[in-house]
Amino acid sequence: MVAQLTQFERRLALIIAGLMALCGLVLAAFGHRDPIGVHGLIILAAAIGTMFVVISGSFADVPDDSHLGRYYDDPIKVGVVLAMGWAVFAMAVGDWVAWLLAYPEMTFDAAWSGFGRLRPMHTTGIIFGFGGNALIATSFHVMQRTSRARMPDQLSPWFVLLGYNLFCILAVTGYPMGITQSKEYAEPEWYADIWLVIVWVVYLALYLRTLARRQEPHIYVANWYYLAFILVVAVLHIVNNLAMPIALASAKSFPIFAGVQDAMTQWWYGHNAVAFFLTAGFLGMMYYYLPTRSGRPIFSYRLSIISFWGITFFYMWAGSHHLHYTALPHWVQTLGMTFSAMLLVPSWASAGNALLTLNGAWHKVRDDATLRFMMVAAVFYGLSTFEGSFMAIRPVNSLSHYTDWTVAHVHAGALGWVALITFGAIYALVPILWKRQGMYSSALVEVHFWLALAGTLVYVFAMWNSGLVQGLMWRTYSASGTLAYSFVESLVAMHPYYIARAVGGLLFLSGAVVGCINIWMTARHAPGTAQDAVRDRPLVILASRSLEPGE
Amino acid sequence: MFGFHYRLERHSIALAVAIILVASVGGAVEIAPLFTIDETVEHAPDMRLYTPLELAGREVYIREGCYACHSQMIRTLRDEVERYGPYSLAAESQYDHPMLWGSKRTGPDLARIGGKYSDEWHFAHLFNPREVVPESVMPAYRWLSRNELSTDDLGRYLAALRKVGVPYSDDMVAHAADDAHGQATPDSARARGVAGRYGEPTNIRAFDGDPGRLTEMDAVIAYLQILGQLTKAAYGSAPDAGE
Repeated sequence: MVAQLTQFERRLALIIAGLMALCGLVLAAFGHRDPIGVHGLIILAAAIGTMFVVISGSFADVPDDSHLGRYYDDPIKVGVVLAMGWAVFAMAVGDWVAWLLAYPEMTFDAAWSGFGRLRPMHTTGIIFGFGGNALIATSFHVMQRTSRARMPDQLSPWFVLLGYNLFCILAVTGYPMGITQSKEYAEPEWYADIWLVIVWVVYLALYLRTLARRQEPHIYVANWYYLAFILVVAVLHIVNNLAMPIALASAKSFPIFAGVQDAMTQWWYGHNAVAFFLTAGFLGMMYYYLPTRSGRPIFSYRLSIISFWGITFFYMWAGSHHLHYTALPHWVQTLGMTFSAMLLVPSWASAGNALLTLNGAWHKVRDDATLRFMMVAAVFYGLSTFEGSFMAIRPVNSLSHYTDWTVAHVHAGALGWVALITFGAIYALVPILWKRQGMYSSALVEVHFWLALAGTLVYVFAMWNSGLVQGLMWRTYSASGTLAYSFVESLVAMHPYYIARAVGGLLFLSGAVVGCINIWMTARHAPGTAQDAVRDRPLVILASRSLEPGE
Repeated sequence: MFGFHYRLERHSIALAVAIILVASVGGAVEIAPLFTIDETVEHAPDMRLYTPLELAGREVYIREGCYACHSQMIRTLRDEVERYGPYSLAAESQYDHPMLWGSKRTGPDLARIGGKYSDEWHFAHLFNPREVVPESVMPAYRWLSRNELSTDDLGRYLAALRKVGVPYSDDMVAHAADDAHGQATPDSARARGVAGRYGEPTNIRAFDGDPGRLTEMDAVIAYLQILGQLTKAAYGSAPDAGE
């Protein structure tokens, strides 16, 4: 890890870690009466750990120039491992809270174990821990391969990856201590948010610097999506997290917007976290790994242009459909509904483009579970974007909103689309990274595929049912013109669905565990490739221009 | 169009700028006018502010993640108005940093829960929900009655909220901790100050039944009992069912 860093990068790493240790120390000292002090200690420990690793690795020889003729894949390996680790952790927490809804007494008499504190651990762990690490890792792979250029330096990818994971750790350790802004999918407090901005700026710079070194005249589609993911998430994150801390030594802050403006900002953020974190980034993944795995070029270049700009433009208008029939002015609701409906066009263009790419390779879909992961992901992407546009229509939303139907929709997207495309991409990527002939066991990939698919279907059907039942019971009138059901009667009706949902989640989680074992065995025991994949090299050597490490 | 794109996709910075511009339009059109159009938030002259104790309760509500299962936004639908009360107005959450409208009703809406149940009911329900609602799946929050409420930061809460636009006075900021104690200790000198600063309708009583101790339970119950009660604006005309 450190051996690949130049002498300058090792010193810089040490300085950065030293500065972070100082920040951690200051937070720990001044915030010792506040939960922020614990986070100070975590930052301090992470920084000291990093310094220890850097120093102990500093005695290794400085790498010669030959490594510049290869892609830099070490951080990608770590990113894949981290993504899988977060997946298992966050899915386990999710399944735990799912059982809590069926059996609320199955818990401890302690604040940290309450449903409301565990739930954001699940959502943050999945979206940012699993999804984010998978996006960072695959983007490092895709940007180098499609640019046919090595990353410009060895330090910034580590800074991005490890710094990002520090953010995730600050987030999920904060919730059990009660640190939260309460804004869904933006729960971490102000200091973690500032740290993420710093990491994100370095990420953007790294991406643009790699693109600047590209040996291909055109920037490939996958990179447009990764770029949109990085840029727009930055805008969303900064605006939605504007807040006034009560003191610099306290974790607590108050968002600067209130009421209806805060609600609109929050769901402009919330919906576009779905759009640019959970859709754009993963479409970037799909646009690279689906064609390379199936050996087919993208069906239509023009379709990908239309869908890219359609998604980038339309999605940002759609957030207000989370606020139908609320105190949000009617005109904003109408705009949100209209653009959500139009969003179906670029969404289905993307899904269709993916599926049509598989024409001529359907026999591979049948035989290769990795490719099948990606194919089914594209199908679920099409399904959940249709469902999303449908649910954004005001009268439909009057039934679906506040119910488990929303939860079904989210999980059709998160399990069926995001997680399946990620597993497909990871199974395609792992043998390349560790230079193996293939995964350790393709049978285990099959097992994972069927567990994941079964888990998704059980989960989503359970929540569709419960959501519809709930929504209908709330609005049913008796013959005498009064509401037919009390709230608690609708709650009792949910019980069987809540059990089914938890079982579905357990199936999905066991699939992820199988995947972890398979990846571990691939890295450790699978037979390596004899050829050092000469094709999998950057073009710089051929370009006859010498390369400076810091370029 | 495709010819233009053919050139655009050869320049990473141009592509990045184009992405930012294209993505900014929606938010600019939908969010910015909410700050400038007067009709967005109704005029509610009788609007009261959260007392320090209610605010502390609100922070406990946020800390425990209550918003994950309870909404505070009654929609303009007939069944919701009949089940929960008049639909929510923007004015009612105009001082809510952050808003807690919520997105999911695993439990019922709480926008107008204030005054519907007694303090004793809330205490029993928070201590063990299945005591009063046998079918409930809500977690028990027993530690709320064990934890003393920390009032050290309340002055800074009010000061920070004032910076983002909530009209707390200097007097309110200065007496924040005292007022929190006073609101849960009726018939004390400190209690009289609370009513003076926050208005006569303010609930002043021992919310958890024990005036000797100020607990997080006091704060949460004080907060729940004020929900929907800060202004009468929504009750002004007969509830207009549906649209």
